[in-house]
Amino acid sequence: MQGSFKRLVEVGRVVLINDGAEKGKIAVIVDIVDHNRAIVDGPTTGVARQVIAFKKTVLTDIVVKRLPRTIGSKALAKFLEKEQVVEAWQKTAWAQKLEARQRRAAMSDFDRFKLMRLKKQQRFIVDRQAALLKKERA
Amino acid sequence: MATTSTSQQATGSSRLARSKVFAKRVLYKGGDAEKARANIDLIKVVSAKKASLLAPAVTPRPKAVRKSQNTPSLRKSITPGTVLILLAGRFRGKRVVFLKQLKSGLLLVTGPFKINGVPLRRVNQAYVIATSTKVDLSGVEVDAKFDDAYFKREVQPKMKGTEEEFFGENAQKKEHPAHKIADQKVVDKSIAAAVAKTPYLASYLASNFSLSNGQAPHTLKF
Repeated sequence: MQGSFKRLVEVGRVVLINDGAEKGKIAVIVDIVDHNRAIVDGPTTGVARQVIAFKKTVLTDIVVKRLPRTIGSKALAKFLEKEQVVEAWQKTAWAQKLEARQRRAAMSDFDRFKLMRLKKQQRFIVDRQAALLKKERA
Repeated sequence: MATTSTSQQATGSSRLARSKVFAKRVLYKGGDAEKARANIDLIKVVSAKKASLLAPAVTPRPKAVRKSQNTPSLRKSITPGTVLILLAGRFRGKRVVFLKQLKSGLLLVTGPFKINGVPLRRVNQAYVIATSTKVDLSGVEVDAKFDDAYFKREVQPKMKGTEEEFFGENAQKKEHPAHKIADQKVVDKSIAAAVAKTPYLASYLASNFSLSNGQAPHTLKF
C-alpha cells in the first residue's frame, strides 16, 4: 500500500507547522481540501482549526488511527489525549532536537559561559578515563 | 478683530485684506460716512517714513534661553548591578559591573579591578552590551564623590616648543594617585563580596567576551 513513501497525507496524520504564527506546533489533519491544502486542528497544542497549505507543514511519523473525517475540536481533543499524541511527539528525537535548539537560543551570555565551563569539566573526566583505558589495553 | 501691530508690517502693504477694507470703509449700500472716517487708521497703507517713526526706539532684549542639557536617559536593560560587555576602548571585550549613571550620562562601571583589571571608569552606554545577568548590589552603597569631576584629567603645564617636550626627555611616568587606589579597594570589596555569592560569576567577569564561528551578535540573547 505504501510503496516508497512512508508518510502519507491522510486524516489523522500529525503534522508539524513550520511557518506562520503557529510555527513549531503540531496539529492533526482533519480533512483534505485539495492537493495543496488540508484542514488541520490542534485543540491540545494551541493550533486553531484552519486550512493550511502542505507547504507550511511537515508530515510526522505519528498517525491517530481510525480518526473520523472532519471530526470536531472537542472530540478530537479526546482522541489526542487517549492516544497520547503530544507525549509521543515529545519522545521523538526530532522534537527533542527542536527543543534543545530553542533552549540554546534562549541562553544568556552567562549561561553560555557556565555551559562552556561545565563542558570543559566533562571533557576533562571523559578524556582522562579514555586515556587510562587506552593505556590498559596497550 | 485681531490686529497686527503697525511696526511689524511691511511698508507699502495694506494691513487689512481687500474685503475687510471694503467693510471698514463702509462702501456697502446705506453706509455711514462717519464710521468710515473712524476706521481710517486701519485702512490706510503705511508709508516707509511712518513705519520708521512707529518702530520701537529700544531694540528688544533677546529672549532668555530656556533650554537645558538633561542627562540622557538610561537604557531600560541597564540597572545598578547589570553586567555590561564593553565594546570599545582599551578594555573592549571585558565584562564589567554597572554602578550608576553620572550626570553627564556616562555610566560608572568597575571590573571590579581585583577580578578583571578594569578600574572605576566612565563609559558611554552606546558602546556597551547590557546582559541579563545582574550582580545583587542591594547592600552596596556607591559613594556620591564618584562624579564626572572625579574622573577629570589633571591638566599638566606644557613645555610647548621646547626640545625636552619634543623628545620626551625627563618625561616621568605618572603614578596613579594614592587616594584613587584606596577608593578602588573600598568599592571592590563590597562588590567582590556580592559577586562571590553566585558560582561561576567571578570567573565569568574575569573572562573576555568574543564571538565564535556561527555566532551573530544580533541573534544572540545576552
